[in-house]
Amino acid sequence: MIEPSFTQGTTAQALRFGLGGCWVISAPALEATATQLEAAARNAQHIEIDLGEIIALDTAGAWLIDRMRCAIKAHGGDVRLVGARREHDILLGAAHYRPFDVKPPVQGSLLVERLADVGETVADAGRDLYRGVSFLGEVMSALVRLILNPARMRSTSVVYHIDSFALRGLPIIALINFLVGCIVAQQGIFQLQRFGAATFAVDLIGILVLRELAVLLSSIMVAGRSGSAITAELGSMKMREEIGALRVMGLDPIEVLVVPRLLALLVALPLLTFVADMAAILGGMVVSITYGDFSMDVFFDRLQNAIKLNTFLVGLIKAPFMALVIAMISAMEGLAVKGSAESLGRCVTASVVKSIFMVIVVDGLFAMFFAAIQY
Amino acid sequence: MSAHSPLPSHELAIRVRALQVGFGTRLVLNNLELDVRRGEVLGFVGGSGTGKSVLARTILGLVQKRAGRVEVFGEDLDQLSKEGHRAMERRWGVLFQHGALFSGLTVLQNVQVPMREYLSLSPILMDELARLKIALVGLKPEAADKYPSELSGGMIKRAALARALALDPELVFLDEPTSGLDPISAAEFDELIKTLQQTLGLTVFMVTHDLDSLYSVCDRVAALADGKVIATGTIEQMLAAEHPWLRTYFHGTRASRLTLARAQSTGA
Repeated sequence: MIEPSFTQGTTAQALRFGLGGCWVISAPALEATATQLEAAARNAQHIEIDLGEIIALDTAGAWLIDRMRCAIKAHGGDVRLVGARREHDILLGAAHYRPFDVKPPVQGSLLVERLADVGETVADAGRDLYRGVSFLGEVMSALVRLILNPARMRSTSVVYHIDSFALRGLPIIALINFLVGCIVAQQGIFQLQRFGAATFAVDLIGILVLRELAVLLSSIMVAGRSGSAITAELGSMKMREEIGALRVMGLDPIEVLVVPRLLALLVALPLLTFVADMAAILGGMVVSITYGDFSMDVFFDRLQNAIKLNTFLVGLIKAPFMALVIAMISAMEGLAVKGSAESLGRCVTASVVKSIFMVIVVDGLFAMFFAAIQY
Repeated sequence: MSAHSPLPSHELAIRVRALQVGFGTRLVLNNLELDVRRGEVLGFVGGSGTGKSVLARTILGLVQKRAGRVEVFGEDLDQLSKEGHRAMERRWGVLFQHGALFSGLTVLQNVQVPMREYLSLSPILMDELARLKIALVGLKPEAADKYPSELSGGMIKRAALARALALDPELVFLDEPTSGLDPISAAEFDELIKTLQQTLGLTVFMVTHDLDSLYSVCDRVAALADGKVIATGTIEQMLAAEHPWLRTYFHGTRASRLTLARAQSTGA
C-alpha cells in the first residue's frame, strides 16, 4: 500500500496541495499526514486541494479531508476541492464533516456517588422485601386454590421436580455432609484431647450436625444446585415469552410453574436433610474409630447420651422453611428476568446469592427461637 | 447458466470450489461451487434450513468444512498463515443475523472494537469515525451511547452494520440484513447498502429472503437447493429459469404480486 502524501505548490490565485497515495484507514500515516496538511494550509487565504492523484479513499480519508476543509473555513480561509473522481465525490458527500457535540458525562463527587449507591442498594433491598411478601401472598393464594381444587394439581410436574431436586442431588449432598462430619470429628477429637475429653467429640458431632450443619449445608447446596436451576428455567421461559403465552391462554404461571417447584422442594429438602444427618454422623463415626481410637460401642453410647429426639427434630423442622425461602427467591428472580441473556445471568447469580444469604439468616432466627423456647 | 464464471481469479472476491460441509451424518453443502465478483452485490437465496448461513459461516471460518476450497481475494484460506488470516479478517466485515453486538459495550464502543484492535488512531479520531459510521447507517447520534439491550431490532441491525463497516472493509457479509425490519426501514437499509457499495466499492455477500432486496440492490442472485448452487445470474435470468424450486420462489403468489407491482410502476 502506498502511504498517503501531499505536495505543496502555488497557482496564480491560490496555495495548491496535491494529494496522493492511499487515504485509507489502514494506512498508518493517515492521521499524521492529515495533521501536517492542515498545519501547512492553516493560515492561507485561498487554497485548492487536488484529489485527482489519490489512489484509494475510504470514509476515514474522506472524513479527514473534509474535516480539514471545515477547519480552514472556520479560520476564514476559502478552500476548493478539485479533481475528485466521481466515486470519491460521492464518498466526500456521504462522509462529510459534521461536528458531534458530545456532552461530557456528568462528573459528580465521588463521595456523593458512593452515598447514592448505598442508598440505592438499601432502597432496592426494601423493594425486594416488599416484592417478596407480595409474591409469597400470590403463591399462597395459588396453593389454596389448588388445595380446594386438587384436580388441577400438576402431580407429574411435582414428581419430576422431586426427582431432579432430591434424587439427583442425593450423591453430592451425602458426600459433602460425610466429609463435613469427618472434619468436625477430627477437629473435635484433636482439640478436646488436650483436656482429656476426646470422647466428648461425639457429643459435638451429634449436636452440631443434627441441629445445624446438615440442614444448613443441604440448604446451601440446594440453593446453588436447584435454586439456580429454577431461576434459569423460569428466566429463559420469561425471555422467550413463554410466560406471556401461558397468561394469554388463561393459565396462571404461578400455579403451573411455581407451585409444583415449591411443593417439590418442600418434600425434597427434608428428605435430603435426613440423608445429610445420617451421612455426617457416619463420617463422624468413621473418623472417631480410625483417628480417635474409640470403639463402636463407646461412640454409640456417647451419641445416645448426647442427643435426644428434639436435637434431630430441630434440624428437620427448619428444612421446609429453608425450602420455602429458596423456592420463593429463585422463582421471583426467574420471573424478574428481562428480555436479554445478560439479565438472565444476573438474575441467576442474584438468586443464588440471595437464597444462601436468606438461608443463613433464617437459620440464625431459628437458633434464637429455639434458644428462647429452650427446645 | 453455470455456477462457474470464466473470470480470472483476481476479478473474484470469493471463489468456492467443491465445498462439502456436514453436521453428523447430514451433509448440508455438497460439492458447492460459487463465485462472487469484486464490487458486486450478490444475493444468496434458498429455503429455510438449506444452509445459506452455513455457507457464509464456512467462508468466514466459523464452521469446519469437510472438503473443498475457499478462496477470498484470490487467496486460499487454508494456505494462509496466522498473520495472513488476521490481515484477511481486516478486509471483511460481517453483519450477523441477530446483530451479535457485544452486550457489555455501548454502540460506540462496539464500533470501535475493530479499530482499537487493529489500528493506532487518536481517541478523538476514533470517536469521530465511529460516530460517522453510526450516522452513515442512519442511527441517531443519541444511539451511540446506548447499550444493545436498549435498542430495537432495526437499530441493532444498523449498529451491527456500523461495526461491520468500522474498518472500511472490501467485502461485507450480510446475514438476512432486512429480516425483522419494517418495510420502510428495510427499503432504507437496501438503499444504504447500495450507496455504500457504490461509494466504497464494496463487495457484498447478502443472505436474504427479502424479494424486495433482491430486486433493488442485488447485481446477481445465487440460489441454493439440495446443498448446491442451482443457479446464479441476474434477477431477470432467475425469473426466466426453469428449475422448479426457482419457479416457485420467484413466481409464487408473493413474488408475482411484487413483479406485477414493479411492472406497473415502471410502466406508469
